[in-house]
Amino acid sequence: MAEPIPKIRILKGAAPDLSAATYQIHNESHTIGNALRWMIMKNPKVEFCGYSLPHPSENHIHVRIQMYDNLSSLDALIEALDNLDDLCSTIDDAYTVSLRRDKYEVWDEKS
Amino acid sequence: MASTSAHSLYDPRRHVRVDPERVRDVSSTDFPGYWPDEDHSWNLEKFKERLRVTVTRVSNRSIEFDMVGVDASIANAFRRILIAEVPTVCIENVYVHDNTSVMVDEVFAHRLGMIPLNVDPALMEMRDSTGQATDRNTLVFRVNVTCTRNKSSPKDETDPAVLYHDAEVLSSHLKWEPAGEQEAVFEGKPPAPTNPDIVLMKLRPGQEVDIEMHAVKGVGKDHAKFSPVATASYRILPLIVLNPEKPVPPHLAAKFQKCFSPGVIDVDPQTQEVSVNEGNMRKETMSREVHRHPEFKGCVELKRVRDYFLFNIESEGAYTPERLFPESIKVMREKIANIRKAAQVLSSESQGTGDVEMGG
Repeated sequence: MAEPIPKIRILKGAAPDLSAATYQIHNESHTIGNALRWMIMKNPKVEFCGYSLPHPSENHIHVRIQMYDNLSSLDALIEALDNLDDLCSTIDDAYTVSLRRDKYEVWDEKS
Repeated sequence: MASTSAHSLYDPRRHVRVDPERVRDVSSTDFPGYWPDEDHSWNLEKFKERLRVTVTRVSNRSIEFDMVGVDASIANAFRRILIAEVPTVCIENVYVHDNTSVMVDEVFAHRLGMIPLNVDPALMEMRDSTGQATDRNTLVFRVNVTCTRNKSSPKDETDPAVLYHDAEVLSSHLKWEPAGEQEAVFEGKPPAPTNPDIVLMKLRPGQEVDIEMHAVKGVGKDHAKFSPVATASYRILPLIVLNPEKPVPPHLAAKFQKCFSPGVIDVDPQTQEVSVNEGNMRKETMSREVHRHPEFKGCVELKRVRDYFLFNIESEGAYTPERLFPESIKVMREKIANIRKAAQVLSSESQGTGDVEMGG
């Protein structure tokens, strides 16, 4: 096999200051694509964000980010990933607490 | 009743409208810049405040819980991960030493792969790219069954189960062969099919199967047999809003009630006044039957609460139902960490070489 495919690649045509860039994320799908797009769009410094799965036989997604004020889209991407991780741990905690404290119906299911 | 504060179920911004011929207001609008002079940027504290996860029902095979206050993209990510990316252990390679049954080797091997195993996937490693089998990533099972005639069966017997010994190869015939440290690792819960009564194939006297199987850890996106769930799905909470301006006429109350699922609409026995039973609202199937009757036009609005998810997850047996959702979160966080690491490398590279000048 040829050299390993990088997890993230910046596609050509990106602004030199990365204020507008398309990232190709390898081995990911709608699962991360849509969640990440949502979190990036939550950033008020982001002018535009969208993602696509260019072809079902290619194992990667494209995430396009355009920033206001010539800010770096890569920083916005990293920030969104951090926020998404916080979100996950918050949901995990809430679920664990509910499972431990809440009163719920326990029933027996025939298999 | 119909308060419209941001946390209320009746906040119109949270509603997806279900009209007679179409569904409206599907997309969420909680983004910065959508509503003038409102801050919708990501805020962890606000999110924590709004988020509500409530487990409602648990059985030995399934779990139901509500998740309120998240976007569909997040809920959907967990659903997708549960189906396709939470790992389990399944039979992957089958070595046929002898098979004189009527079933072709390939068909039998395919059936063996589908058997749900009771192995806790956390106890095993994923095979690496070399594909080298070790005692940490491979479990070995064997089946050796020969069908014979039951000499002591009555003369006029027609039931194959009595007539022959081992007329069926069952999932309980799978015998685990421990290797290396496996005996200690799987102590107390030896690897076996979750259901011992699966018929894998039928045999007649003289037919024999002798095979060896290797079970490995994998994910559902590689093959559906690795999926840890039977189903993992969510619904969005149905919401029925009665119009106070146009109440349902008392003589039509019973007919109105029958337009909805049982228990959703209450009718006062004295006044025949119609009301919505909020606790039972989730039972509504959203059949839109009420829209078919012109006499109820304008009496009621059918809606769904966009950020109110009712999850239902059915386990296939490898994980307990309560454990499945946390596992999906774990996988999600691993994915995020992976991308983050790569993005960090990209960031330091572009700063270091000056190839791409960073702004800001």
